[in-house]
Amino acid sequence: MAKFQLTVNGQRKEVNADPTTPLLWVLREDLKMTGTKYGCGVSACGACTVHVDGVATRSCMLPISLLGDRPITTIEAMANDRVGRVVQDAWVEKDVVQCGYCQSGQIMSAVALLKETPRPTETQIEESMGGNLCRCATYVRIREAVQLASQRLK
Amino acid sequence: MSAATKRSKDHGINRRSFLHASVTAAGGLLVSLYFNRASAQEGASAAQGPPKINYPPDAFVEIRPDGKIVIQVNRLEFGQGVQTALPMVLADEMDADWASVVPQLAQAKDIYKDPVFGIQMVGGSGSIAHSFQQYRELGAKTRAMLLSAAAKNWNVGADTLRTEPSVVIGPGGKRATYAELAKAATAMPVPANVRLKNPSEFRYIGKRTPRLDSRAKCDGSIKFGLDFDQPGMLTAVVAHPPMFGAKVRGFDDADARRVEGVREIFQISLPRGSGIAVVADKFWTAKQARDRLKIDWDTTEIAKEDTTALWAKYRQLAGTKGLSALARGDESALDKIASANRIVAEYEFPYLAHTPMEPLNTTIRFDGDRAEAWVGSQFQTCDQMAIAQTLGLKAEQVLFHTEMAGGGFGRRAVPDSHVQREAAEIAKKLRGTTVKLIWTREDDVRGGFYRPMFFHRVEIGVGTDGMPAAWRHVVVGQSIMEGTPFAMMMKDGIDPTVAEGITDTQYNLANFNVSIHQPKVNVPVLWWRSVGNTHTAYVMETLIEELAERTKMDPIAYRRKLLKPDAKKLRAALDLMEAKSAAWRQKLPKGHAVGFALHESFDTGVAVAVDVSIVNKRPKVHGATVAVHCGLAANPLTVESQFQAGSGFGLSQLMAKGAITLKDGLVEQRNFHEFVPPYIMDAPVAVDVHIVPSTDPPTGCGEPPVPVISPAVANALSKLTGKRYRSLPLVEI
Amino acid sequence: MSSNRVSAPILAALIFLCTAGAVVSASLGKYEDPRPVDGIAAWQQVYSVLVSPRCINCHTASNYPEQGDNRARHFANVVRGPAGTGVAGFRCVTCHQKENADSTGVPGGKNWHLAPLSMKWQDTNDQPLSSAEVCRAITDRARNGGLNGAALLKHHTEEPLVLWAWSPGRGVDGAMRTLPPLNHDEFVAATKQWVDAGMPCPK
Repeated sequence: MAKFQLTVNGQRKEVNADPTTPLLWVLREDLKMTGTKYGCGVSACGACTVHVDGVATRSCMLPISLLGDRPITTIEAMANDRVGRVVQDAWVEKDVVQCGYCQSGQIMSAVALLKETPRPTETQIEESMGGNLCRCATYVRIREAVQLASQRLK
Repeated sequence: MSAATKRSKDHGINRRSFLHASVTAAGGLLVSLYFNRASAQEGASAAQGPPKINYPPDAFVEIRPDGKIVIQVNRLEFGQGVQTALPMVLADEMDADWASVVPQLAQAKDIYKDPVFGIQMVGGSGSIAHSFQQYRELGAKTRAMLLSAAAKNWNVGADTLRTEPSVVIGPGGKRATYAELAKAATAMPVPANVRLKNPSEFRYIGKRTPRLDSRAKCDGSIKFGLDFDQPGMLTAVVAHPPMFGAKVRGFDDADARRVEGVREIFQISLPRGSGIAVVADKFWTAKQARDRLKIDWDTTEIAKEDTTALWAKYRQLAGTKGLSALARGDESALDKIASANRIVAEYEFPYLAHTPMEPLNTTIRFDGDRAEAWVGSQFQTCDQMAIAQTLGLKAEQVLFHTEMAGGGFGRRAVPDSHVQREAAEIAKKLRGTTVKLIWTREDDVRGGFYRPMFFHRVEIGVGTDGMPAAWRHVVVGQSIMEGTPFAMMMKDGIDPTVAEGITDTQYNLANFNVSIHQPKVNVPVLWWRSVGNTHTAYVMETLIEELAERTKMDPIAYRRKLLKPDAKKLRAALDLMEAKSAAWRQKLPKGHAVGFALHESFDTGVAVAVDVSIVNKRPKVHGATVAVHCGLAANPLTVESQFQAGSGFGLSQLMAKGAITLKDGLVEQRNFHEFVPPYIMDAPVAVDVHIVPSTDPPTGCGEPPVPVISPAVANALSKLTGKRYRSLPLVEI
Repeated sequence: MSSNRVSAPILAALIFLCTAGAVVSASLGKYEDPRPVDGIAAWQQVYSVLVSPRCINCHTASNYPEQGDNRARHFANVVRGPAGTGVAGFRCVTCHQKENADSTGVPGGKNWHLAPLSMKWQDTNDQPLSSAEVCRAITDRARNGGLNGAALLKHHTEEPLVLWAWSPGRGVDGAMRTLPPLNHDEFVAATKQWVDAGMPCPK
């Protein structure tokens, strides 16, 4: 066990954790922030996506020891993020979710995409969202919501 | 803060009504549970008549002083939208203000059993089909009781009153809110009969209504079963047998116990074999410790299944006649048709895992004389009973909370409740401590309960008119009912789900013979969204399109000609699909082809046309037009969404790595890199959904989207490549 | 004499003597200079490393990296992107850190990325290019990032992602990833020998 200082959604946090623990489980179990989801543990589904220093990151495979002092942003902060709020609103307006379990990760990927590429093409949406699995397969509405958010961000 | 995250509270149900309901509805576990088509129809029509149970509204509706109207949802929400749709139905008849409605997932209780199935469950696409009438009546009774209360207060006749959302309006403009009347209303008698609205009076039913859980599912605040937490709670993982049914002969946990934070490591019995439970402060600790266990597994008594060997066995069986599932006309008619006019087709369908996004989990606290459980369960009644049995309790001693679930597709409806039994075994040992059992994704992918492997052999004799003149069909695959309490639904040894979709085809097939073989295989199997229709619709619809092509007939016209005259739903769906897809079908880009499929399941008729090309050696579905006859669509937005996404889900069957395979008794896939469901580029780009206008009783929408999409895409691919696709998944095209 | 009893470098040298010897002797006149032959042999050693999975998996000709000793297409639809670093929202660094994450099985290194298409060592069917084709690519300064022999040697000696191939860490199953066929010292020595020989390429 070791102590780690984290900056999560702008707040300083200290946790005492095994250095090999993935960030996902530190968020969920130590910090009780369960918006970030465990889906596969091998970066194959994207449900655990957070932003680390602004980069969309699969938290399920990032050992806390490799985090350093990079700030973390999670789904819980998206309502207060300029792009995040627009994306969430688009998701709600398009009635995207079904079971909803993957959607935190979908939204975190979409926000990262739109921050860098505000007007993505269909291909860019497919590629950037290509690693986020939705078992309900709500993809038709995910596409629509990303496009709607893109229009709103003009 | 989300409406959906609030847990239901014990309501102090009207005791007399509740006991009555218990006596009427209990009737023993699973006694009234049936899935076959005829029974489901009886259930649906029964739901239209007077209800058998006078459901007490106060077990379902609570009007709070702040005007919030809390509605208990008697089944799991796991994406199908029932947590929005059933409250819509109740609120409509109640004339409740929709903005004040707060849904809650009901605890396991007799009163919340499915009115048709007789246990509390989600399955058979019955969420709306079975509870539509029930929730309408509950809403109307609640409204009647509020009116009675107002009438008494104002000393007027109830017939002089009317309602607007959450308000009773009386003579002379008198007004009282539902919140003001709530207390008095509970003292009013529950009316046995109430007038229900005419469809023209509906405020919410039939209107596109956004889901109530959207925001909470977009901001991370919703709590799924896996998110459940309590102070002092521990987390468990289990080292499961590497082969189904293997037992622990011995184990060395010295290394595992050295992992800091490990609390307990012990052997537990499982419904199949045994395993080692590791309980720790946190998940990662438990998993690290599990990885360090050295376990000697006894596999000597176990059949070590192998996919290649199974295919050989199935193929051989398919060459012989099995148990007769359907015999119509002259069985020898086929043999009289010249071989040049016969089609012989053999199909292979692999094991499929459900892999819902939220991994399986169950949290239990056992306190000796009582227990509490938190489970995203499709089978509350079974799971509650399984926990009680394992802990030596009665079912009512287990307070069972229904948790929001991240998908299920059948995987959370397991007759033997093996996950809950496993969790209860652990909780038993950790008495007084809440323990959350987590199945890792690897546990899930390798854990069995798959859609069974199926092999079909079909021989069709084609008549001079190009229509099938004889049809002999042999299906080989494990029964999902045999060996479970559902075996009581089997008749003459036949599991009706094996050949459903063939035996009840809406096509008029002459000299039609269907037989089945149900080999026993050491792989646990289960229903997978749309059950038998997953494979039977694929076989039927690819063959029908092949027949149409052989006859050089338009595939839509061919289907129309072959449909039974009374196939009302399919005819309407086919007509609507044809009309709505006509424009794009007439200007298909080069390199694209259209494919069709038509299938009725769970009393819902579905027709689809897909626009497909080949991109990067894979099928690309540029668009799909779906027409659906599902009776009255309670929430058309949810129906549309189910059919859009269900199309993507259905394409799981065509994914290159969309199979579970076994070698020497071991499952070869571990996680989503090896068993790969559709990602965004694998799903249709766009799906337009058209609902046949109808006031018929609502029928299922959860499963019917799934069967049609794969055969439609395969039919389009066949046009592009000239090949037939009879072996799934589509490793190559 | 069957080929499996002859080590690859020797065999390559023999082939070179048979096929290219005439050209070499013609251009060098009567001099019996052993350098070109040694250079080719050295190159074959270098080549054996370059086409090993730890190196070639990120020198694809396609829109995606590969992974594992079976050089499977990277899972989860990982794509190259315009700069070889993935695409917005789905970068190499979405998973790969600056060092290996052994507890979770993700390889990592500074600036984890795909080699540019000009440095592809595979064809579009994911088959390794021939020794001659890879050699031509790696010695073509229009394609190799403008590296001369000395710079190539430095690249092979010091570049962190090159060095990563010899400390590739553990996979998800906890097992160490396999290493290239030569150790790093041998690889550098072979590169130096080849560079000193004038970077000859097989025909």
